Amino acid sequence: MAVSFPTPRRLGYRLNWTGALAALVVLFWALTAIIGPWFMPHDPGEIVDFDFFGPITDQLWLGSDYLGRDMFSRILMGARYTVGISLAAVVLACASGVILGMTAAVSGGWFDTVLSRLFDALNSIPSKLFGLVMVAAVGSSIPVLILVLAVIYLPGAFRFARALAVNINTMDYVTVARARGERTPYLIMNEILPNMTGPVLADVGLRFVFIVLLLSGLSFLGLGVQPPYADWGSLVRENIGGLPFAAPAVIMPSLAIATLTISVNLLIDNLPTKIRDRSE
Amino acid sequence: MSSPIPRLVLGRLGIAAITLLIVSVVVFGATQMLPGDVAEILLGQSATPEAVAGLRKAMNLDQPAIMQYGSWLWGLLRGDLGTSYANSMPVADLIGGRLVNTLRLGAVTAAIAVPLALSLGIATAMYRGTAFDRAVNACIIAVISVPEFMIATLAVLVFAVWLKWLPALSVNSDIDSITQMLRVFAMPVITLLCVICAQMIRMTRAAMISVLDSPYVEMALLKGASRSRMVLRHALPNAVGPIVNAVALSLSYLVGGVIIVETVFNYPGIARLMVDSVATRDLPLIQGCAMIFCIGYLILITVADLIAILSNPRLR
Repeated sequence: MAVSFPTPRRLGYRLNWTGALAALVVLFWALTAIIGPWFMPHDPGEIVDFDFFGPITDQLWLGSDYLGRDMFSRILMGARYTVGISLAAVVLACASGVILGMTAAVSGGWFDTVLSRLFDALNSIPSKLFGLVMVAAVGSSIPVLILVLAVIYLPGAFRFARALAVNINTMDYVTVARARGERTPYLIMNEILPNMTGPVLADVGLRFVFIVLLLSGLSFLGLGVQPPYADWGSLVRENIGGLPFAAPAVIMPSLAIATLTISVNLLIDNLPTKIRDRSE
Repeated sequence: MSSPIPRLVLGRLGIAAITLLIVSVVVFGATQMLPGDVAEILLGQSATPEAVAGLRKAMNLDQPAIMQYGSWLWGLLRGDLGTSYANSMPVADLIGGRLVNTLRLGAVTAAIAVPLALSLGIATAMYRGTAFDRAVNACIIAVISVPEFMIATLAVLVFAVWLKWLPALSVNSDIDSITQMLRVFAMPVITLLCVICAQMIRMTRAAMISVLDSPYVEMALLKGASRSRMVLRHALPNAVGPIVNAVALSLSYLVGGVIIVETVFNYPGIARLMVDSVATRDLPLIQGCAMIFCIGYLILITVADLIAILSNPRLR
């Protein structure tokens, strides 16, 4: 029953080809977010084309946008916002969710009850609506976006981690540790967490996809990343006027979002069961 | 032995009520975070301090937040949603007609989605692992991994730009004939269908498979029941509860989908009203729309839970 923590010796996991391909795409976008902006052929704010919604040419690899700016540079720059904001939000949400979830499972009692009830209530606010109301109330800036996205996905991370931790909490080795007189922080970090790393990481990946989707949706509604900066969702919004001409300016950022989210989903789906399976 | 069902149902309804209360606190609290004073924002920069003070008093802004929350909640219970800042009309009047439009959109979508998704879900569960099942699954993964606005833009690209069958915008004002109605509803409904069906097929398939994997269904197969008899007579009656639960849960995805779809297609529903009111920071309108959406969502997930309780024969 116990899921073993992958020690380096046993890390000989094999991905099937779908998973490997997906991992490559994810790696590509991660690298783009970090080093992509150094390879931009033009400044993302500079108007380089006298025509708007220009087609793909040798000069402008992905055409030009509604002001005649280089789409390729803007997508490279947008990767930093989409991936960066989502990553920050997912780390925040999952780290706090997992820690709270484990604490709730180990300590139980009123702490567990109150937290579970509260997060259940938060969970029954539709995510897009919650984002809409919060952004309307406090205005949209990147720290606010990260915080709002993290708060929205915290209850899910909490519930997932708590369910895993409750199962592990009944294991003999946890009882032994408790009988030794270990305190809650030790139990959490040394007994519970190492035994749920795999499933938690898979959950982080899925939640990352949800956050990318919500962020893009908010940006598409004009409530996410604000000009002059633009993530991929904002790029679609800016260039939606090019839709009747099927301009690359509106298709390319959509493709960028789709490749990222589909690859993360496929990667998680094709992870070796050793990593992915819950310790049920 | 008395049945535990009434207690469970009452408990679930109680949780729903408490949740609604917490939701209202969140919605009200969020609008309190607005930097600056509402009265000053409304009156603009040239307002005299007396005018601001007068408006603050008229709008009860001088009372503590908890009192304001109390009177807002009391108004909400009586169906009084306050007055819009932007055009000083009662919020309830602004929402009324729009709500009907949104409900109509949702109803049309649900009427098509439910039979379509149920038959596909059951079929994929029956023919698990075949090429058909894998193809449907691939489509589902593609649809649930992309944002709703992408499906909407793709629908515009295919049906309005390339095939030129339908208009890109939908305006609900002049509907005289069936064909006109079809043209108005087609694009938003197609987009919502993709979103809802993907979720519904996935959940129906999962619910059906868990029943098909149970020993009594295997027993039916061993007795020599045909595949269709095994699925329809033996498995389906026990899968009805989980499936209806899945249907209600998937319909709750309508709430998120409708926000994007109404914006993309310019559909005059409550979600676009809300997005527009976010742009003008019309707080009473945002609060009213948000509460309506949350109530709708809560009704759907509570119904899903109640069905799960009622359909569990072990509780009867």
